[in-house]
Order: sequence, then structure tokens, then C-alpha cells
Amino acid sequence: MNPAKSEAETHSQVFPLTRDQRCPFDPPPAGIARQGSGERVARIQLADGRSPWLITGYEEAKSLLSSPNTSSDSSHPGYPVAHIADRQEGAGLSFILMDDPEHARLRRMATGTFTIRRIEALRPKVQAIVDGLIDELVAGPQPADLVERFALPLPSLVICEILGVPYDEHELFQTHSRTIVRRGATPEDQAAAFNALGQYLAGLLERKIEDPGEDLLSDLGARVVAGELERGDAVQMGILLLFAGHETTANMIALGTVALLQHPDQLEKLRMSEDPALVGSAVEELLRYLSIIHDGLKRTVTADTVVGDVTIPAGEGVIVGLEFANRDPEVFPEASELDLERNPRNHVAFGFGVHQCLGQPLARMELQVVYPTLIRRLPELRLAVPLEQIRFKHDAVIYGVYELPIEW
Amino acid sequence: MKVILEQEKCVASGQCVVAAMDVFDQREDDGIAFLLVDEVEGEDVEQVRQAAGVCPALAIHLR
Repeated sequence: MNPAKSEAETHSQVFPLTRDQRCPFDPPPAGIARQGSGERVARIQLADGRSPWLITGYEEAKSLLSSPNTSSDSSHPGYPVAHIADRQEGAGLSFILMDDPEHARLRRMATGTFTIRRIEALRPKVQAIVDGLIDELVAGPQPADLVERFALPLPSLVICEILGVPYDEHELFQTHSRTIVRRGATPEDQAAAFNALGQYLAGLLERKIEDPGEDLLSDLGARVVAGELERGDAVQMGILLLFAGHETTANMIALGTVALLQHPDQLEKLRMSEDPALVGSAVEELLRYLSIIHDGLKRTVTADTVVGDVTIPAGEGVIVGLEFANRDPEVFPEASELDLERNPRNHVAFGFGVHQCLGQPLARMELQVVYPTLIRRLPELRLAVPLEQIRFKHDAVIYGVYELPIEW
Repeated sequence: MKVILEQEKCVASGQCVVAAMDVFDQREDDGIAFLLVDEVEGEDVEQVRQAAGVCPALAIHLR
């Protein structure tokens, strides 16, 4: 027996599973292998020695996520913590880590802001923000970092609009959010920025209570006054919306741009098309193909639960690998191919069940504006370094690229 | 065919409105879906089927 090989094999079965660095758009091969070998619901090793279940099949993923026998509460003893961030982030993630009925009560206070109609009404404003950021980008030197100059500021500015952060305070708001999501920032810096942002939002909430506007913080302020919501919960929801709508969208923008640049025929199809249906389809396919939540959705089952042909015993932890489910060839033929005309409306990139992403109409609309605008405004858009030099976020909770040096 | 929406299950994802705009709408205050019509035929049947397929709360049924 070759000990080195055996060690590599063991390592490859510990969650989080590792991607093949030569195939940066593809999920970890060990998960794909499980899916193909009938181990679509099977135990997986965690670094802490525990072995919860990993789901890699599409139907199995939807079945578990829509089961009433699941808990998202990270303080549950069976909850599968893959790394320390799972618990730390819980401090600022409001109803993401709660169960119904409290989850539904708080979530419904925010969902009115994200209806299809309200989000469509924001489209011209988002287009104007995108146009403005590209104007600033092309006025500056080349090469430039698309992440820093475009992918991160866009969702941040849009969240400012939605929460009701006054225009002249955007800079302060963005400085703190940038520190929180920056990889090089120390935990102390991040904690300080987190606190500063919480304090800022608490102060802004008070101002919105005094002088309400047409925005989400004013809505939450009205609920605080009516006694339906604690001040602290309102601030937590503000922080949740900032985070959830920030890193995710930013990573989809940058990683999606790399994917398009690596598939020039597909990019050309999107650039030349006047058909909004193709834009919609392209966004769904990029969401499916890239599935940037690559660290799994975590649950504990509260009763014996049948998923596929396996019964998961009550109290055990489950990790749902969305990136594998979205590459399931039983549902998506040629699943590992990027095909912008596929229109895979049934993908699970936003999750499934009662916790499915509440900001998805906003994310879709932003991406529908971003990709076509970017590739039309910058027809010569290209990577400024070879693909091998792009640093992919193999170690992050949300997949993407750390920087994206571009020329145009 | 008859469209059934279990409103108490709805999580306001808005997916049904995208799939079948003539059949579903969302309440202004909390985004919870409601039916514009409860009988569909022709092309609408396929759209409602799609809506049922993408509903994360499994709240839509056709009978």
C-alpha cells in the first residue's frame, strides 16, 4: 500500500471537499464521484471527527431542504459545523439560523421589499449605478481589478438604496463592509468594522423612526415603534441583508465574468442577442454552473427522515451540496457544460425550502443588468493575466475570485 | 384545471410570478403569493406546472 496515496484519498473525503485547481469552475471531484456511484446520501468526515451526511443528488437535496423535519439552528448539538465561521457568522445572520415560526415572522418583515414588482421598479436605478461604475472604470488606468472597482461596489450601492442609507453616507458604509469581507483583514479589524456597522445601522434606524422614508429600514423602524420588532433584531436584519446580498452577488459578477471570458462563443452569443429571454436564461445557467455556495447548506434532522433510499436518524447533521445537485446529470443533461440557452429555472443555487434566498429577485435582476452591460460597454474585455494566475477562493465559504485583473 | 395555492406555506420567493404572471401575484406588504385566477387552461397550465416545480415551499398544486 502506498501511504502517500492513502493519505491523499482520505483527505479528499474530508469536508469541505477540495476542488481540482485545474478545473476552477467544477465542484470537488470527490462529491461528483459520490453522486455518480450511488452515494448520493452518504456520511462524510468533518475535521472535528464527526461524520454527518452529505447530499450530492438533486432530488435528494430538494427533498431534504423541503422536509418539515429539519432545523437550521446552529446551536443544535447535531448541527454540522464544517469550520469555525459556521458558528461565528451565526452572530449576525438573524433568521437564517432560526426555525419557524420565529424565522417566518421575521422573514416576512423583509419579503415585501423583494417582490418581483418592487425589484423590477429598481432596475433603471441599478442600470444607472452599473453605467456609472463602468464610466469610472474606463476613465481609470489599465489593468484594473474588476472585483474592487465593480463587483463589490455594485451590490453595496444597491443595498444602500434598499436599506435607505443616505447618499453622502455611502462611503462610510462601504468602508466598513469592505473591511468585513476583505480576506486580509484581521479578525480584530473585522470585529471592529462589524461593530461600527451595527452602531451605524442602529443610529440610522433611530433617524428613520424620526423621519421615515420609502425604504426597508423605515419599514423596520415602524415595526419597532409598533412593538412588533426589537431594535436589536432590526439591526441584525440590516446586517444580514448587507452580507447576504453583498459577497454572493459580487462573487457571481466576477466569477461569471471569468466563466464568460473562458467561453468566448457563449459570450459572443450573449453580446449579440437582443432577446431578454436569452439574458434571463444566461443568468440562470451561470447561477447553476457556478453554484457559488460551495460549502453546503447545513441542517439537523429533528425526526428520522427518509431521503432517497436512506433513513437519516433523528438528531443527526446533514450538509446539502448545492454545487453537486446543480451538476446532477439526471436533471441537467451535459451538466458540466456551460450552455447559456439551457434556461435551467429549476436549479437550486438559491437553496430550496422555507429558507430559500429571499433576495433572489434582486440578485437575478442585478446580474441580468450586469453581464450584458459589461460585455457591450467593454467589447475588448479580457483577463490581464493568464487564468492560472487568478486566485480562486478555494478556502472561502462563498466561491469566487479574490481579484480579477482585466484590460479592455 | 384548478390551481391550488397553500398560502400559509408560501415563503414569498416570487418564483410563481416569474413563471406564470397571469395566474399569480404577490401581496404588497409581505410578498406572499395570491391567485389572480383559480382555473387555468391551454398555455397557462404549463406555466402553472413550472411555477409548482420551482416553488421552494411546495405550495402550488394543479388538480
